[in-house]
Amino acid sequence: MIRDTSAPAAPAHPLPVLLPFRLTAPQRRFPPLRLTLLHALGIVGLGLLIAGGAHAQAGVNQLSAFGVIIKWFPLLMSGFLFNILISVLSMALGTVAGVGLGLASISLSTPLRRIAWGLTQFFRNAPWLVLLFFAMFMIPFEFRIFGVTIPFPDWVKAVIGFALPVMANMSEIVRGAVGSLPSGQWEAAESLAFSRRQTMWMIILPQCLKRMLPPWMNLYTLVTMATVQASIVGVTEMLTLIAQVHAAEGGRPDLLAPLYGFAMLCFFIYCYPIELWTRRLERRFHLHQ
Amino acid sequence: MAADPSVSQNEYGWTPDQPLIRLVDVHKAFGSLQVLRGVSLDVRKGEVICIIGPSGSGKSTLIRCINALIPVDSGTIRVEGQEVNDPDLDKLALRRKVGMVFQQYNLFPHRTALQNVMMAPVHVLKQNRKEVEVRARALMAKVRLQGKEDVYPGQLSGGQQQRVAIARSLAMRPDVMLFDEVTAALDPETVKEVLVTIRELAEEGMTCILVTHEMGFAREVADHVYFTDKGLIVEHGPPADFFANPKDERTKAFLGQVL
Ligand SMILES: Nc1ncnc2c1ncn2[C@@H]1O[C@H](COP(=O)(O)OP(=O)(O)OP(=O)(O)O)[C@@H](O)[C@H]1O
Ligand SMILES: [Mg+2]
Repeated sequence: MIRDTSAPAAPAHPLPVLLPFRLTAPQRRFPPLRLTLLHALGIVGLGLLIAGGAHAQAGVNQLSAFGVIIKWFPLLMSGFLFNILISVLSMALGTVAGVGLGLASISLSTPLRRIAWGLTQFFRNAPWLVLLFFAMFMIPFEFRIFGVTIPFPDWVKAVIGFALPVMANMSEIVRGAVGSLPSGQWEAAESLAFSRRQTMWMIILPQCLKRMLPPWMNLYTLVTMATVQASIVGVTEMLTLIAQVHAAEGGRPDLLAPLYGFAMLCFFIYCYPIELWTRRLERRFHLHQ
Repeated sequence: MAADPSVSQNEYGWTPDQPLIRLVDVHKAFGSLQVLRGVSLDVRKGEVICIIGPSGSGKSTLIRCINALIPVDSGTIRVEGQEVNDPDLDKLALRRKVGMVFQQYNLFPHRTALQNVMMAPVHVLKQNRKEVEVRARALMAKVRLQGKEDVYPGQLSGGQQQRVAIARSLAMRPDVMLFDEVTAALDPETVKEVLVTIRELAEEGMTCILVTHEMGFAREVADHVYFTDKGLIVEHGPPADFFANPKDERTKAFLGQVL
């Protein structure tokens, strides 16, 4: 009655998870900085090398690769910001839906649990690009509710398309985190007459937040990098713009590497700190387990 | 309805002169494992009973059945006349009458000690937060944890955590307290501080059911001692009698080991 059937009544976990949260051993607040710099320098260096090489090959009247990037920098950045916007919105939508799905997958109602499990597995095991296509072609370009027409431009559909796998992964993150709490928390709450809903929202989920954060951030970097797939379905994000810039500059083959290298650098600069931070949180959580 | 005005009867027809808790022929199996095989016992208001017995004899299961954490297979359990083994059981009503303290404390680690104590009265009983806080602070003082109100459980010692857990249960103003080996996870030095708290409760007239391995404590505070083995109550009696001349061989063997 307290636990869901998927987590069989294990005899109350012994101490590990309840161990006092000690703030011992002064840790380095940040992971070694050297590594970050080295990585970034490496990439910039590589870019310079490619750009320099490209410059050497360039004709007299042609802009250098650098020049091209600088010339189109505002446009490319607006594209990149669009990628980030898509990633943030998909993540928000997917997180909310995923928490709902995750909670349904541990509910006491068997049909609800089955459905949630099915949805989770389905969307978790489908390629993201397929889900994106699925969203692009299944969702109408506008909705009519109470006589109000709500347009659904391509980029909104893309947001939904990316939110689907986020939802499924989030559902698993929630289920895993809830299952990892010692059963004593449920028992204590139950013996204090908390309802299941109160127990979940006031006692279980707040404790799960810490556990869910690293995998959630990890998921976010994955979504961010996946957003470039939106170019395939015609959303004008960074990769689409790069192709357009390339065409506008006469389709010079020597520009391909620098331009795409620049895109790579943008994503790297954005995602790598998140990645580092995630690892730091993970390590800290590990230390306190 | 037609209540006799001379005795105050509750909604289940229970009067305070009847046993506060009555178990009759309770059976419980986990799969093919028979854990309780016909347990009957009565606990009167203000009584302190201790349940002792070897590991795996079903003590925890027994005590968890009383507040419906575990459903029983057959038999009846009544708490102030309320039938616990009833599909339509009002669990909230039952659990506000029955407090429970666990071996592993099970405090909510994301809330401070005071918040742990206040949570259930505020959110379950919907009592006024200010009044609950006054009461919670008094309870913290009662368990000798003044000054630790704003500390998180992780920064408290085991004995301190266990006393917060006791205060948390008391905040619901239960009529009976269940203690399941509440000192078993503690260092020998901190065992005493928890036992002192429980003894004070017992002396104030709180009805208590204790599962314990502390024989000395059982002898001292219990009104009645029950010995369980393999899901049955083998022997019971007032502590003086029970410890001085145990009759059953199994009781003798067990006491010989632990004393
Ligand atoms: N939820 C459960 N599912 C299956 N078996 C269980 C469950 N809870 C307890 N048991 C089993 O029931 C038996 C009695 O357990 P119980 O915890 O009641 O014993 P106990 O007397 O409290 O022992 P201890 O002194 O070790 O705490 C044990 O064999 C235990 O493994
Ligand atoms: Mg036990």
